[in-house]
Amino acid sequence: MTALSAPAASRGCACCCEPSEAELYVRLDEVIGEYRDKPGGLIPALQTAQSVFGYLPEPVIRKIADGFGKTVSEVTGVVTFYSFFTLHPRGKYLVRVCLGTACYVRGGKEVLDAFKKRLKIDVGETTPDRQFSLEVGRCFGACGMAPVVMVNDTVHQRVKPARVGELVNRILAGGAVAVEKEQA
Amino acid sequence: MLNVTINSQKLQVPEGSTILQAARQAGIKIPTLCNVEKREAIGACRVCLVEVEGARTLQASCSTPVSENMVVHTNSAPARAARRQVVELLLSEHDGDCPTCSRSLDCELRALADEMGVANVPFEGVRAKPHIDGSTPALVRDNAKCIKCRRCVSVCGEVQGVGALFPQGRGFQTVIGPAFTRDLDSVACVQCGQCAAICPVGAITEKTAIPQVWKAIENPKLHVVVQTAPAIRAALGECFGYEPGTRVTGKMAAALRRLGFDGVFDTNFTADLTILEEGTELLTRLKKALVDKLPVALPMFTSCSPGWINFAEFYFPQFLPNISTCKSPQQMFGAVAKSYYAQKIGRKPEEIVVVSVMPCTAKKFEAQRPEMSTNGVPDVDYVLTTRELAKMIKEAGIDFKSLPDEPMDAPLGLSSGAADIFANTGGVMEAALRTAYEIVTGRELPVDNLHVKAIAGLGGVKEAALTIEGAKKEWSFLEGVELKVAVSHGLGNTRRLLEHIKANGSPYHFIEVMTCPGGCIGGGGQPRFTDDSVRLKRISAIYSEDESKKMRKSHENPDIQTLYKEFLGRPLGEKSHHLLHTHYAHREK
Repeated sequence: MTALSAPAASRGCACCCEPSEAELYVRLDEVIGEYRDKPGGLIPALQTAQSVFGYLPEPVIRKIADGFGKTVSEVTGVVTFYSFFTLHPRGKYLVRVCLGTACYVRGGKEVLDAFKKRLKIDVGETTPDRQFSLEVGRCFGACGMAPVVMVNDTVHQRVKPARVGELVNRILAGGAVAVEKEQA
Repeated sequence: MLNVTINSQKLQVPEGSTILQAARQAGIKIPTLCNVEKREAIGACRVCLVEVEGARTLQASCSTPVSENMVVHTNSAPARAARRQVVELLLSEHDGDCPTCSRSLDCELRALADEMGVANVPFEGVRAKPHIDGSTPALVRDNAKCIKCRRCVSVCGEVQGVGALFPQGRGFQTVIGPAFTRDLDSVACVQCGQCAAICPVGAITEKTAIPQVWKAIENPKLHVVVQTAPAIRAALGECFGYEPGTRVTGKMAAALRRLGFDGVFDTNFTADLTILEEGTELLTRLKKALVDKLPVALPMFTSCSPGWINFAEFYFPQFLPNISTCKSPQQMFGAVAKSYYAQKIGRKPEEIVVVSVMPCTAKKFEAQRPEMSTNGVPDVDYVLTTRELAKMIKEAGIDFKSLPDEPMDAPLGLSSGAADIFANTGGVMEAALRTAYEIVTGRELPVDNLHVKAIAGLGGVKEAALTIEGAKKEWSFLEGVELKVAVSHGLGNTRRLLEHIKANGSPYHFIEVMTCPGGCIGGGGQPRFTDDSVRLKRISAIYSEDESKKMRKSHENPDIQTLYKEFLGRPLGEKSHHLLHTHYAHREK
């Protein structure tokens, strides 16, 4: 099998369009300022921070903990509780296979195994070319369409294990998923 | 009040009571592994399930409030079966290693399994990946034994305001521990050991020093002395079946002698010494502020409690100049034993081994701080908790209850009643006031039976004020001054006090801080299980120890006077400075 090639719509251009790390941290300060005094503000702050950085690196978590007056242990506790959050950089395409009850009984596990086999990674891992990360979801609220797979923000319904390879190819061809929404 | 019926027993309970509280009021026991006194219900262990008429499912009694005319059955067949099954499920995840677990005799999970008649574990649970965290000098965490009840999370975060421990991850993969599931030394843990004191199983314990202590005792070339903290004598008996609050000072000395220590001494002796050094330091700071008008850090804070020192170094570095430079009584003892006492018996400091028995796990950390040594020789070599001492006594086959009462040895064994009360919240302050007032006025502290009532008891932050009248000539600058003091115990209370001072300034001159709720009598190394009723009994034992003595003020201790005359010179003198004082530094994690 050939290596997974880069999709046509690659991330920005190769010049100066990527925001610098310093700029990202300025944005983080804004996020913390926006949510620190709101009840239940930690989770939306983490969500926004993750969309800014792509994941939640340790310095970001420490800054958020500091800003919210919480301990780092508590914040990592929250981050590791929700499967949506990640402490590690994810691939361009995040594949989340639902293993909630409905999806599980309708073959979600087999779908997951098919992705593992096709992408040659385990749950929580990212392909070496940074194209795909594989994770398990716990119900996306689309139980009627089980088994469900989410690729970034796109929901794929009634996924069959035998057609996972085809789905991956479609994603790589750029046709199966809305990419880089935040840069739109 | 609400009417509730529990097992046909009709009772009235205050609104807001949980079923668990109501049942306790009626003398009905409902088991629980996660409940923490006076803290919000955790509801994690599910061992307290009961049947509530009209409810669809069994309810967790710790987190279900009583409603009017509720009818509860704690002893119905479904409730018993469900509770047993919960315990079976807990056991299926618990890699207990019971025969060799240090908690095998007082493990709450094991006791419940026995009470519920669990005969086998019918489930095959997913067990945590075993990992033993021995990264700190004080504590050992064993993941495989953790039942994820979260008592430690509640105590560390809510009671102590530290928050080093938190559930990481989810489901079977949950690990109760520091951020990023790293070891304890990666976070700002103060090593108070309240987690170890409240853990129902063997998942968090003190790092034992028992083998090292036996080895030292058995080495004929070494002269091994032991010191016991004031709080031990009011709690050690609990490990041998005595009621909480039984004083066992004499039996404890006898047991230590039979264990083979060459000198049976008392941290109380250096508690008296602390009062002279710290009292003089306070008066010196006041003089600098009031007479010399120098910028001097006030209020002054006590420095006896090593968890508090860690807490200040991590979280409140701006207050470090305010903390008394006095080493704690444990460290002063070591320093005096390896200098004054060593000279007296003609031994080199390195031939003397100082063992401490402490109610505390943070003392293990304190003893290994690099500042706590003199010319490269540590002041204190090994620290045992109260629980470890009890284990050694049992291992040696000593029948504790039949021991005679014996005295401590001279010259480091004699102490005043003021030293005894170092064991509980408010005690160090009261001891300091007994001496400071008398130094300044030449008269005895004008309070009933030498007790400063306002700062005693289990209130979180207490305060008192004392107007100085009739000051001696050299202290005339204090005439008419209203000396204001505050006392806090438990680091959560302390955090609130310090935040208040940061925002509003301090009206106080002197503040006592003890790390653990109730003070050292409620320390992380004390016999399990400690709740407020046990704390109060130990405190009352300490006060009776104090009142039983003729000598109740530190400056009256004749052996302390001799120590100054023969060796130290004067409080805050050159030798004191070198041996008995220390410094602090801001630390970050």
